[in-house]
Amino acid sequence: MSNWHQRSLTEVSQALAAGQVTSTTLTEMCLSRIEAHSKLNAFLHVDAAGAKAAAQSSDQRRAKGAALSPLDGVPLALKDLIITEGVPTTAASKILAGYLPPYDGAMPRRLKAAGAVILGKTNLDEFAMGSSGVYSAFGPTLNPWDQARVPGGSSSGSAVAVAAGLCFGALGTDTGGSIRQPASLTGILGLKPTYSRVSRAGTIAFASSLDQVGPFGRSASDLAIQLQVIAGHDPEDSTSSSAPVPDYSANLGRGLSGLKVGVPSEYFVAGMDPGVEQVVQAGLEVLREQGATLVPISLPHTQYALSVYYVLCTAEASSNLARYDGLRYGVRAQEKELRRLYAATRHQGFGHEVQRRIVLGTFVLSAGYYDAYYGRAQKVRSLIRQDFERAFQEVDLIATPTSPVTAWKLDERQTDPLSMYLADVYTLAVNLAGIPGLSMPAGFAAGLPVGLQLLGPWFGEPELLRAAAAFERATVHAQARPPE
Amino acid sequence: MSAPSSLAEALLHYEVVIGLEVHAQLKTQSKLFSPAANVYDPDHPNAHVTPYCLGLPGVLPVLNQAVVEMAVRAGLALSCQIRERSVWSRKQYFYPDLPKGYQISQYDQPICEHGHLQIQGDDGQPRPIGITRIHIEEDAGKSVHVEGAPFSLVDYNRAGVPLIEIVSEPDLRSAQEASRYLKALRAVLMTLEVCDGNMEEGSFRCDANVSIRPRGTLPFGTRCELKNINSFRFVEQAIEFEIVRHARVLSEGGKIELETRLFDSAKKETRSMRSKEEAHDYRYFPDPDLPPLQLPAGLVARLQADLPELPAKKLERYLSLGVPEEAAQTFVEERDVALFFDQALVARPEVAVGLSHLIKGEVLRELKDQPAAIRDAKLKPADLAELVALREADRISSTQQKKLLQGLWRGEPLAQLLAAEGSQIDDEAALQAIVDEVIAGAPAEVEKFRSGKTQVMGFLVGQAMKKSGGKAKPPLLKALFEKKLNGG
Repeated sequence: MSNWHQRSLTEVSQALAAGQVTSTTLTEMCLSRIEAHSKLNAFLHVDAAGAKAAAQSSDQRRAKGAALSPLDGVPLALKDLIITEGVPTTAASKILAGYLPPYDGAMPRRLKAAGAVILGKTNLDEFAMGSSGVYSAFGPTLNPWDQARVPGGSSSGSAVAVAAGLCFGALGTDTGGSIRQPASLTGILGLKPTYSRVSRAGTIAFASSLDQVGPFGRSASDLAIQLQVIAGHDPEDSTSSSAPVPDYSANLGRGLSGLKVGVPSEYFVAGMDPGVEQVVQAGLEVLREQGATLVPISLPHTQYALSVYYVLCTAEASSNLARYDGLRYGVRAQEKELRRLYAATRHQGFGHEVQRRIVLGTFVLSAGYYDAYYGRAQKVRSLIRQDFERAFQEVDLIATPTSPVTAWKLDERQTDPLSMYLADVYTLAVNLAGIPGLSMPAGFAAGLPVGLQLLGPWFGEPELLRAAAAFERATVHAQARPPE
Repeated sequence: MSAPSSLAEALLHYEVVIGLEVHAQLKTQSKLFSPAANVYDPDHPNAHVTPYCLGLPGVLPVLNQAVVEMAVRAGLALSCQIRERSVWSRKQYFYPDLPKGYQISQYDQPICEHGHLQIQGDDGQPRPIGITRIHIEEDAGKSVHVEGAPFSLVDYNRAGVPLIEIVSEPDLRSAQEASRYLKALRAVLMTLEVCDGNMEEGSFRCDANVSIRPRGTLPFGTRCELKNINSFRFVEQAIEFEIVRHARVLSEGGKIELETRLFDSAKKETRSMRSKEEAHDYRYFPDPDLPPLQLPAGLVARLQADLPELPAKKLERYLSLGVPEEAAQTFVEERDVALFFDQALVARPEVAVGLSHLIKGEVLRELKDQPAAIRDAKLKPADLAELVALREADRISSTQQKKLLQGLWRGEPLAQLLAAEGSQIDDEAALQAIVDEVIAGAPAEVEKFRSGKTQVMGFLVGQAMKKSGGKAKPPLLKALFEKKLNGG
C-alpha cells in the first residue's frame, strides 16, 4: 500500500497492531516525505538515525507481541520547544542555535516509554511567540494548502508536518492559541489540554502560567491516543495536576445527544471574515443536527482578554527568557565587558518579536507600574475565569470560531504587531482560564481550511474529544488532504 | 560641631542605629529546588549541579520539603508568627552567578514575620531585638575572579542551596550589640541544627544597615548597607568605621548618601559599591512555576513541641548550676561546646562548676579558635567529667589530671589510662616505702618538723612526689608523713 501518508494515526496504529505495516516502513516513508517536502520548512532538525533505530526496536517488540502502547512504532514530531537529549533544541531562535540539551524533557521520555518514534524537531515562531510561523529565526513554515500563505503559529511546523502527511501525530505547545490556531489554518485537529494536565517539565517556557503541551492529529481519536500518553501527574512539574487520567478513547463513539453547547455572543462580532463565519455557523448547525442543544451564552469579560493576555504573557516571558545570556550555553556575542556582553548577546540572539515582548514584560513588572499592569491583569484574569465557571454551570461545551480569518499571505501583517496579536483573539481567553480547547476542521473558505473551536470545563477533555469525534463522523472535512 | 576624630567623640554626639540582614544556609541534604547535593566543595567546582542549578532551558523547580520545616523551626525559635500560606516570588537581575536570571525568594508574603531575639544590651540588661521577617530563598553561585586573567569563572555548586534570610528591626544601638545579636542568632540556628554557622565557608553571612542620629533625636538618619562583613570582628570594625565616617560627613554639613558599601577587611574601611541610582529594580512577581507554600495542618504545632532547649534557656540553666557567667555565655554561643558540656553533665552532674572551668580553660585553649572542633575531638565528655570528679575527690593530683587529659585527647579510654597510671596510686604500702625513704634521707627537715616548724611538710611531700614520678596523691602523702612523724 502506498498511501500510508494519507492515513490517520489511529489507522496506522491499528495497521501496526495487525502486522499490516512495520514501523520501519512508516518511518522511512516519513523521512523521505520530510525530505521531499523540505520546502515547507516544517522541520528544523530531523533525527533520521534515532528514528530508524526506534522503529527497528518497535518492530521487534511488535513481532513479539510486546507493544508498549498504541503509539508503539508510530512516527511523530515534536515542536522544537521540547527538550530532547542530544538532539538540537533551538526554540527557533539564533540564541540557541546548535544547543544540545543534556537531558530529555518529560514529553520525549513519555513518548519513548510508549514506544513512539520521534522523527525530529519542528519549526515554530521563535520561543513560541507568534501566530504565523513567520517569526522563526530559521525561515517561515509554509502552509501546504497554499505555499504562499502562513500555516499559523506558533506550532507551525508540527501543524504542517501532520497536515502534509510528514508524520502521523505531533506535539505542539499552546500559550494563547499556538496549537488550535495553526490546526485551524492547516485543516487538522489540535488540542490544548487543561492547564496542569500535561507536564511542562523539559519544555522551554514562554509564559509558565499559560503554556500547555498538546497533540495534533487528523482525528479526535488521534488526539486521544497521544493525550493518553502525555497526560498525567509529573512530580517534576509542581503545577501538574494529580487528578486521575481517564481513558480518552473510551467515549469517542457516544455522540452528541444530550449535550448542551454554549455559543458566546462575544465571539461572533465584527472583524470576522464572512467566509469563516459562514463555515462556523454551518458547523454549529451540524452540532445541533447531531443532537446537541445550542444555548446562547455570554462571556462578558472577553473584550479584556487580549490586553490581559499580553500583559501577563510578556511579564512571564521577560523573566523566563532572562537565562539566555550567552554565558552557560547557546550563542555568545564577542564582547569583553559583562554588561555589553549581555546586551549584545541578547540583541543579536533574539528576534524582533521576542525583544518586543521582553521589553513589554520588563516594563509591566517595573517598580511603579506593577499594580497598574500586572496586578490589574491578574484581577481581570480571575474575572475571565469566572465567566467560564458560570458558563459551564449552564452548558457542557462551548463552540466558537478558532480564528477570525483563514491563512494569510506570508508577507501580510508583518509590520503590524497588533494585527498579528488579533489573530489569537478567540483562543487566548482559554489559556487565561486554564480550560481545555480543541480546534477541528469545519470546512473551507475560498479554498482555505477553517476550524471550529470547542471549549470544555477543567479536565473536560473526554467530552471535547467525544464531540469532535461525532462532528468528524457527520462531516468530511477531516478527510480532506492538501495537494501534494 | 567640629569633625570627630575618634569613635568615642562621634558617639558623644551621635547614636548609631543598626539593622542586620543575615543569610543562613540550611543544612539540608539536597538543594532548595533540585536534588543536587548541598555540600561545600570548592575544590570540585560545578560538581554538584543538575540542569536546574545551571538554569538550562526547560527546567522547573521542585520544592525540598525539608527546607520548610527548618525555616519554620527557625521562625518558632525566634518567636515569629508563621504564615500558613506563603508565596514564592522571583527576584530578577542579571549576574553570572544567577543562572536563571532570577532568584526564587519570598517577597510580600514570607513564611515568618514579627519575631524577636533577646540579647544582652550594652547596659547589661536583657534587650529584645525585633525580627522583621524570615524568608526562604535560593543562594547564588560563586564568581571566582582570577587574578590577572581576562575572564572570571563561576562555580554553581552553591547555586540553589537553601537560605533563610533573617531581617532584624533597626533595634541595635552599638557595634557590640550587633555582634552579640549575631552570636546569639548563630547559636539559636546551630542549636536547632538548621545551619552549621560557618562564617568562613559562608554558611552564615551578614549585611548591616547602619545610620546615625544626633543623640536625643528620634528620626533615623540616611542608612548605608554594608556588605562583605563575614566575621564578628569585621561586623564591629565596619560599623565603627561607618559611625565615624557618618559623623564626620554630618558635622561638616554634608549629607549621607543612600548606598551600598563594601568592607575592606585589610584596610578596615568601607567603600562605595553602588549608589541608590544604580540600585536594581528587582521586578518581583509571584513565581508561576510554584504554587503557594501551604503548610500541612498541625505542622507548626508539632515543630513547636519538638523545639530543643534554646540558648537563652540553656544559659539560665548553666547559671543556676553555678557555672560562671563568662563560661556559660561561651558555651551557649557554641552549640557543640554546649552539647559537650551537657553530655559531660549527664555523667557527673555534681561537678558542673569544676567541669565548666576545665572546658572554658584547658579544653577550649587546646582547640584554639575552633571551638566547634570539639565535635570531632576524641575527647569523650563522660571521661572528662570523671576526670574532674576524681580530682575533686582528691583521688588524683592536678599534675595527674593534666597528664590524663592528654591521654583522653588521644582517645585512650580513661579506665585504661588510670590502670596504667594508678596501680601505685592507691597502694599505700608502696607510698609508705617512698615516705620512709624520704624521711631517712632528710634528717634535718624531720628535726625541724618535730620542733614545730610544720611548713617543711611541703618540702617532704614534694620530695615524695618526685620519687613517685608525680603519680602519688599529695593529701595521702601528707597523711602518711604526719602519721609517721607524729605517731612515730
